[in-house]
Amino acid sequence: MSEYSPYDASSAKALLEVDHVTLRFGGLTALDDVSFTINEGEILGLIGPNGAGKTTCFNVMTGVYRPTSGEARFDGTSLTKLKKHKITQLGLARTFQNIRLFKSMTVLENVMVGTDAHSKVGFWDALLRTPRHRRTEAASLARAKELLDMVGIKARHDELASNLSYGDQRRLEIARAMGTNPKLLCLDEPAAGFNPAEKVKLMELIRKVRDAGYTVLLIEHDMRLVMGVTDRIVVLEFGQKIAEGAPAEIRDNPAVIAAYLGVDEDAS
Amino acid sequence: MSRVGSYFSPLGQAMDAVSDGYKRQHPAVKALILVLVALFFYGLPLLRPPLITTNEIDFGGVMFQVAAFALVALGLNIVIGYAGLLDLGYVGFYATGAYTTGVLTSQHGSWPFFLALPVAIAVTMVTGVILGAPTLRVRGDYLAIVTLGFGEIIRICVKNIEWLGASAGIKDIPHPNTIGPAAEPPFKPGGLFEIPRLEWDGLVPHLDKEHSVHFLVFGATNAIPYYWLILTALVLVLLGDRLVKNSRVGRAWEATREDEDAAELMGVPTFKFKLMAFALGAAIGGLSGSFYASGQGGYISPDSFPLLLSMLFVAAVIVGGSGNRWGAIAGGALVAYLPERFREFADFRLLFFGLALTVLAVWRPEGLLPPRRTRRAKAAAAEIEALEEGELDEQLEEEPRNV
Ligand SMILES: Nc1ncnc2c1ncn2[C@@H]1O[C@H](COP(=O)(O)OP(=O)(O)O)[C@@H](O)[C@H]1O
Ligand SMILES: [Mg+2]
Repeated sequence: MSEYSPYDASSAKALLEVDHVTLRFGGLTALDDVSFTINEGEILGLIGPNGAGKTTCFNVMTGVYRPTSGEARFDGTSLTKLKKHKITQLGLARTFQNIRLFKSMTVLENVMVGTDAHSKVGFWDALLRTPRHRRTEAASLARAKELLDMVGIKARHDELASNLSYGDQRRLEIARAMGTNPKLLCLDEPAAGFNPAEKVKLMELIRKVRDAGYTVLLIEHDMRLVMGVTDRIVVLEFGQKIAEGAPAEIRDNPAVIAAYLGVDEDAS
Repeated sequence: MSRVGSYFSPLGQAMDAVSDGYKRQHPAVKALILVLVALFFYGLPLLRPPLITTNEIDFGGVMFQVAAFALVALGLNIVIGYAGLLDLGYVGFYATGAYTTGVLTSQHGSWPFFLALPVAIAVTMVTGVILGAPTLRVRGDYLAIVTLGFGEIIRICVKNIEWLGASAGIKDIPHPNTIGPAAEPPFKPGGLFEIPRLEWDGLVPHLDKEHSVHFLVFGATNAIPYYWLILTALVLVLLGDRLVKNSRVGRAWEATREDEDAAELMGVPTFKFKLMAFALGAAIGGLSGSFYASGQGGYISPDSFPLLLSMLFVAAVIVGGSGNRWGAIAGGALVAYLPERFREFADFRLLFFGLALTVLAVWRPEGLLPPRRTRRAKAAAAEIEALEEGELDEQLEEEPRNV
């Protein structure tokens, strides 16, 4: 385990359990009997070559796909039958590998869609400007600004999301997901396309997020980065889990080395 | 941008400048401007400014039609512009509102208009929920097809149901009750007081006491009080639209329109909000339909609600600038006004109307008054294009040196 980590595996409580999940697309088995758990307060790395099934795993967890067999549980609740927005309201939020912001909304509005996730404000509240509306709106706005500050794009809050630079769009995705006030934050290759300096800054941000009390699941290609920031790592290849353990163990695991050397240049 | 478009672009820039200038004002100034604009429109059929006034046909009646279309466009803008749901059968809701009013006040009852109105709105809203609940679960294209069918089905059903007057329609739908002493023709015109209107002799206005408006007599002789009534409804809907849009609800609609899956994954119950937009749109359609039914003619029939009307409603929203409430109002007003203005061209008026719409589409594909987001996205795209062209120029300049 890394030295900086306040996370202690011995007292860990499982937050998310992926329990023997299999998912088939026609003939293709994208996930093959995958099991792992994410413990409260840790940063778990999910790595593997391209096409290994990492994003698909996110999609099963967040309700985009329903598993062919097995199930994912969050805080003990089965996610199999829940609607997507219900899963988010339970406390599971994500970003997207191929950025999916609300392009023609402003940066601030994007985050506020996230911070609205638990809002009970409906048509009548808005029309009659009830105290509930005013309270929720103010809280939502304050929280959104706080988050934009945290990811470092507060100055651009009134810009259209589509007018942000690529890096800032990735940061906005993180802020928007955090806006939903999740217990578990799932980041799908948040550093894709970043230069090394930007990557280091992003990893600092991820650590900051964890220290603020969030549990983080991180998909990342860059082995060195994953090693530096995660507490534990799960390795997927061809939809199967081939290894799980502390970064040091993973680094020396022959199967992992083979998987990465065998297939992939992106991992450099 | 095309050549035809660029001839008009200074006008477009002027419009954007006015809209931006307005947005920069202090809220109090904004409110004052709005009040003045509202007063102007309340007074318009009395002022009868030359050029704008339709002389071929009663101007008050035209203005009523204009306001009714603006109201419809405002409602459809919630569905299309905010929530991004393509509703091609909006006339179905318009007809539902009109027929509910017709049935309650004339065909099978003698309710007063102001009692029938809320019922008509409620019935239309329920119709919207019944239609929306199963169809809003499927994706965009299906919705367009189902709503298109709905618009026609309503018309065909009404045509074949004897209870609803079949193809003969419903006659003698009463006007709303007069406010003030009732009229007793031919001696007492009724109403609380009289307001004279202006008549123009070239550019010289003078008072015309012959054709004064009796406040507030809703009758067959003068459409102006009726225009005031629907304009008031329009203002109220406009205020409500603003309150609801600038809230969590509006953000949920926009997020759903932009990317439904992503919205859902950010905790937005997208189905609920789509249904809300659809039902609200339906209710506003029903509201204007109800006004239409008890309007001057007091007569509706299945032929009053052709599919073409749906297309006109959609055109109004798009032409105005989908997603901007002021754009929708402008679009609705234009679509209703132009054919009446061109009435003197008799058979050619629809041709002129079509031409006007085409010019508009070329000149401002984003609509007359597009929402801020559309203009900002367009500005960014233009910037990128300019940058790319700049690079190209530089390359061209450099090339000779390399040779
Ligand atoms: N909707 C889908 N339909 C069919 N195949 C899919 C779908 N989504 C993913 N796959 C396949 O599942 C496998 C895993 O993909 P993915 O989870 O995106 O990999 P990665 O680990 O790179 O994120 C790939 O072979 C991909 O082609
Ligand atoms: Mg992926």
